[in-house]
Amino acid sequence: MKLHEYQAKGIFSDAGIPTPRFELATDVDEVLAIAEETGYPVAIKAQVQVGGRGKAGGIKLVKDETEAREAATSILGMDLKGYTVDRVIVEEAIDFVDELYVGVTLDREVGRPVLMVSTEGGVDIEAVAERDPDAIARVHVDPAFGIHHYQARLAVYRAGIDRTVARDVASVLTTLYELFASRDATEIEINPLMLTSDGSVIAADAVMNIDEDALFRQPELAEMEEEATGDALERQANEVGLDYVRLDGNVGIIGNGAGLVMTTLDLVDHYGGSPANFLDIGGGARSDTVRNALELVFADENADAVVFNIFGGITRGDEVAQGINEAIEAFDELPKPVVVRIAGTKAAEGRELLNAERLIVAQTLEDAVQRAVEAAQEVRAA
Amino acid sequence: MSVLVDEDTKVLVQGITGSEGRFHTNGMLEYGTDVVGGVVPGRGGESVEGVPVFDTVDGAVAETGATASVVFVPPAFAADALFEALDSELALVVAITEGIPTRDMSRVYRRLGEVDTHLIGPNCPGIITPGETKLGILPGDIFAAGSVGLVSRSGTLTYQVVDNLTARGIGQSTAVGIGGDPIIGSNFIDILAQFEADADTDAVVMCGEIGGEAEERAARFIDEEMETPVVGFIAGRTAPPGKRMGHAGAIVSGGGATGTAASKIDALGAAGVPVGKTPDEVAEIVADLH
Repeated sequence: MKLHEYQAKGIFSDAGIPTPRFELATDVDEVLAIAEETGYPVAIKAQVQVGGRGKAGGIKLVKDETEAREAATSILGMDLKGYTVDRVIVEEAIDFVDELYVGVTLDREVGRPVLMVSTEGGVDIEAVAERDPDAIARVHVDPAFGIHHYQARLAVYRAGIDRTVARDVASVLTTLYELFASRDATEIEINPLMLTSDGSVIAADAVMNIDEDALFRQPELAEMEEEATGDALERQANEVGLDYVRLDGNVGIIGNGAGLVMTTLDLVDHYGGSPANFLDIGGGARSDTVRNALELVFADENADAVVFNIFGGITRGDEVAQGINEAIEAFDELPKPVVVRIAGTKAAEGRELLNAERLIVAQTLEDAVQRAVEAAQEVRAA
Repeated sequence: MSVLVDEDTKVLVQGITGSEGRFHTNGMLEYGTDVVGGVVPGRGGESVEGVPVFDTVDGAVAETGATASVVFVPPAFAADALFEALDSELALVVAITEGIPTRDMSRVYRRLGEVDTHLIGPNCPGIITPGETKLGILPGDIFAAGSVGLVSRSGTLTYQVVDNLTARGIGQSTAVGIGGDPIIGSNFIDILAQFEADADTDAVVMCGEIGGEAEERAARFIDEEMETPVVGFIAGRTAPPGKRMGHAGAIVSGGGATGTAASKIDALGAAGVPVGKTPDEVAEIVADLH
């Protein structure tokens, strides 16, 4: 779960990390009022949970009311990589002399958190990592002990941070690690950490991703999740406990198990189609889950046909078939062709049971995907 | 023959009184697994499906001589259960539990480095040596005994590939689902090394997916250390960067240089590992090896 910049900044600020003054606004008048109070110039920043907001036109620096009105009007309501901007922050502009990068993330290969510091802040850090891995100093933290202060200093000195601010940067990094551990973050970063002309540091941006599996013990953060905005369909899926990932194509996909669903996506592509979504309904196929899943894909205007790929596993194929039959009873008419493929335990019995008058029943994975691709093409052509 | 588990493996089930634990204990017993005990704090002295329940892993091991444990304990308490299993010096622990916080796994993984126990999972379907034993939730009847080892990050994808193998008459020595979480107890290399050392595994199927660099590292290991032929499959070729595909670990991060299907397929190709485009193509390539 990705926090909004304003949420993460609030947490950073509460923990003692210096941040610019900012306030949240949802309409143009509010923006102008806050800007007036803050004093120009100010930055108007779209609050959406995607990277690269600046490049996409979601961040503007304005020097007077005319510019502020223009920027607020264009940013509020704009579509930013699939997300509608419904809130912005208005933030005091910082006069900076340098931009640094500090962050903490999980290094999956060693199973430990890693501190990261670089003098190349203000740009895409992943691009820096690719171009010049040595430009980022990395120090691993042993989770059994937590951070030792020297480790933050080590990272800062290794990165070649100016000695006059080294202590301040190390202190910010230590706080970031403590937040990383205490708030169950999977990634936390400040990019850029600005260096001002009077020699202080200030967090101009804030990124914090929280481990969704730990939300049960992070009630404050769990509440922030409900505030999060996002794609309407993805939000609707969350409400029924499903994970819906919207993609660009027109073949809707439902399956059980992330790896198998991804494989189904790949096969759609392999047979000349293009997946409209990723939807994993997890183990089994209870009829209410199946119905919810179908409703989601039916509501996705991009999906012209649906392929339903279930590997029985522990849940028997005949039970899966029953679940699907029950689920489609909720629809008077299936608005899109649905291809079903059941495999695994009792698969033949399951296929036998499926309502073949309303569903297209496929034998193999390849067969199912090819039929769904064809059905989607026919719908598109019609 | 097999790796890690066989008919002599004596198995504990941690969390045996929960609905999942109970259901799958029954499934394991039906398959022929030697389930010798269950562990649930406060429930010692009871029995589930005829299996005696103990309060502690230590007590269960002393009483039954168990050598392995399967963990179904809910996420909030799973790390504690895993520490208990590791401290009891079991040879093998299989963590089925889905949704264990990453911070907890980071600490478990740290402890794992200090003991001799093999940990499989978490968030995995388990491990099966067809015809002998299964530890976990894999559907036994799609497997067939044979000489092809299988290691996979994903549950139902494993079943799909096994189904394709079995349909072509290709049996499996042992199949291991290592799990799709960011931190797992055993990675591809750990399991590939086991298969390489097993005289009765004469080919290995490795099913990877997008995210992380485990497949790239495995490719280097195969290139440098393995004689046994390996056939690969990578799920997520069409996954766009920045979108998490179900598994917590299955995401191509923004930069896109590593973690993509292309980088994994290239790395495997460079190590001489053919990569099937579909699960059935994987089975076909394995069949051609035989």
